[in-house]
Amino acid sequence: MREKVHEPLFHIVKRKSLNWYRAWGIRILAILIAFALDALITTMVTGLNPVGVYGAIFKGSFGTARKFWVLMQNIAILLCVSIAVTPAFKMKFWNVGGEGQILVGALATAACMILLGDLPTAALLPIMIVASIAAGALWGVIPAFFKAYWNTNETLFTLMMNYVATQLVAFFVIVWEVPKGAGQIGIINQSTQNGWFPSIGNNKYLINILVVAALTVFVYFYLRYSKHGYEISVVGGSEKTARYIGIKVEKVIMRTMALSGALCGIAGLLLVAGTNHTVTTSISGGRGFTAVMVAWLAQFNPFAMILTSFLIVFMERGASAISSDFGLNASYADILTGVILFCIIASEFFVNYQLIFRKKERKED
Amino acid sequence: MGALASLGAFLVSFLPRAVAQGIPLLYGSTGETITEKAGNLNLGIPGIMYVGGISGVIGAFLYEQRLNAGAPVNAFLIIMIPLVCSLLGSLMMGLIYSFLTISLRANQNVAGLSLTTFGIGFGNFFGGSLIKLTGSEVPSIALTTTSQYFSKKLPFADNLSWFGKIFLSYSFLAYAAIIIAFVTAYVIRRTRIGLNLRAVGENPATADAAGIPVGRYKYVATCLGSMIAGLGGLYYVMDYACGVWSNDAFGDRGWLAIALVIFTVWRPDLSVFASILFGGLYILYLYIPTGTRLALKELYKMLPYVVTLVVLIISSMKKKRENQPPEGLGIPYFREER
Repeated sequence: MREKVHEPLFHIVKRKSLNWYRAWGIRILAILIAFALDALITTMVTGLNPVGVYGAIFKGSFGTARKFWVLMQNIAILLCVSIAVTPAFKMKFWNVGGEGQILVGALATAACMILLGDLPTAALLPIMIVASIAAGALWGVIPAFFKAYWNTNETLFTLMMNYVATQLVAFFVIVWEVPKGAGQIGIINQSTQNGWFPSIGNNKYLINILVVAALTVFVYFYLRYSKHGYEISVVGGSEKTARYIGIKVEKVIMRTMALSGALCGIAGLLLVAGTNHTVTTSISGGRGFTAVMVAWLAQFNPFAMILTSFLIVFMERGASAISSDFGLNASYADILTGVILFCIIASEFFVNYQLIFRKKERKED
Repeated sequence: MGALASLGAFLVSFLPRAVAQGIPLLYGSTGETITEKAGNLNLGIPGIMYVGGISGVIGAFLYEQRLNAGAPVNAFLIIMIPLVCSLLGSLMMGLIYSFLTISLRANQNVAGLSLTTFGIGFGNFFGGSLIKLTGSEVPSIALTTTSQYFSKKLPFADNLSWFGKIFLSYSFLAYAAIIIAFVTAYVIRRTRIGLNLRAVGENPATADAAGIPVGRYKYVATCLGSMIAGLGGLYYVMDYACGVWSNDAFGDRGWLAIALVIFTVWRPDLSVFASILFGGLYILYLYIPTGTRLALKELYKMLPYVVTLVVLIISSMKKKRENQPPEGLGIPYFREER
């Protein structure tokens, strides 16, 4: 009697390696599928034809010079947060506390602008920069300290630090509110513009963009070519190996998170001094979380993050234009972004694994 | 005597509100505990709870539209339609997460955060656009009829003074949350299924070798966990918020629910009490007198988060073996990589 062997329809095998262009081909295909799905959803909700959907998205993000610069500014801030969380992720430290680190950076900046508002910008700016970096770094080091010495769960720790930061901002918003009882600070130093980033050639966002561009290059080289970058990737690969070759793991964790937090603090600085000139509890707008995905989608490559953050911001701006055109809720953008994220996450599977299907029934004997 | 009486009066007014705040957290943490016991760290819970809430709202909204058209209220349908819609909505979310992380072995943190982005967007979008999309003429989503059925107290609650207020003044979803939590705790700790589930979460390779269907356990646990968590959203909107959906009102309760899982060392029976404690901390700022310094209230709102941090630190310093997370938490399982 022959034993009956059940062979599944397909089985999964890990790929040895995949050419970079085929890997990116798979990812781009996933993004195209996501775009098609998004168009389908939009058509169902609004009745626009799918081509019209992308026309509207394009117009919503590139339509006018002002829209273009707002788009660029949003990309810059998201990119800044994304490169900020990257060193920590390379170390397998799940910093989902970007939100809080941005907030304390923004709060420190605003505090300097309010309390030292009489100083001229030239004297005020260095103080603001130092304060925002220090605040962000502090917010990053606290969870890192406990992770390094007691292996405290960093995901939850950084998450909770977000809410502590939110309440801290809420507290100071009421302390400094103008006028009393307004529940908001309003534009800081509106008349003197002390502590505001100067416009470069009439463009008030350009300085933000340049700062972030410089930081992106810095993080790329820091991770790729510096001794610190090497230590980060060894610790991320295996803590035991790192200890064995004499790396002080605790020090690396704390130093990297200080950097991560400091860069988020700079994002807060850019938001307050360069963009909004005020501070609110929602100033970071969920970028701390979005950045996690932006960084991951780009496979932790700072330059690829320019593309992924463009993709996310482009969809967000476009979708919010569509939703305001049709009187729908602005959260529409989150749904479209979610679909794109799901598709790209799914595509990683096909980059790393391949399916081998069951061969046709062999000859009966 | 006077102080005692006022303390009693305070408790009678404070405790029921703490419980009402705690129930969504309890649903969320029970669901997340089941998921984590199978080795999946589902950071999508906040999104799932939004979807659970809004799906129930959509179902109830459509049903109430029919009521407005003159149909009589059917007590069975008015409860079942939102309930089933909510369960289906969160099941859909659970399936997306499971497919990505279990079948496709995606990174759980990224998949979970995406799910949260999507879910909160889904909730706010339909919350903000439902009226426009269905072309109805009501000014806002206020499901008062449905809410009346969902928030029915036990019949004899009003006759038993303080005892009734503290123990009997809740709706069926609140009691269901507590029952589900205790049953879950029992199943996880005392039954064969629970043993298998824990084995899958601790060491999937060993569980696989022992003949436990790892993938099936992970799928069922994650989807079941999502559905339970989604009920928290339904409870919040139908009972706590009296059927009124307002965007972002649910807030960060989903994240607190995830924190509760660690706070309670993966034990839903402890979560019954811990969630009420958290619910209390969540609203304690309303009871602390601040005089004219209103800003202080914002600092008191930090309490639940600070307490979570302190517990997190202490539990990681003590390193008791039975208080550790499942060994395989957050790691995708691939048989051929053993």
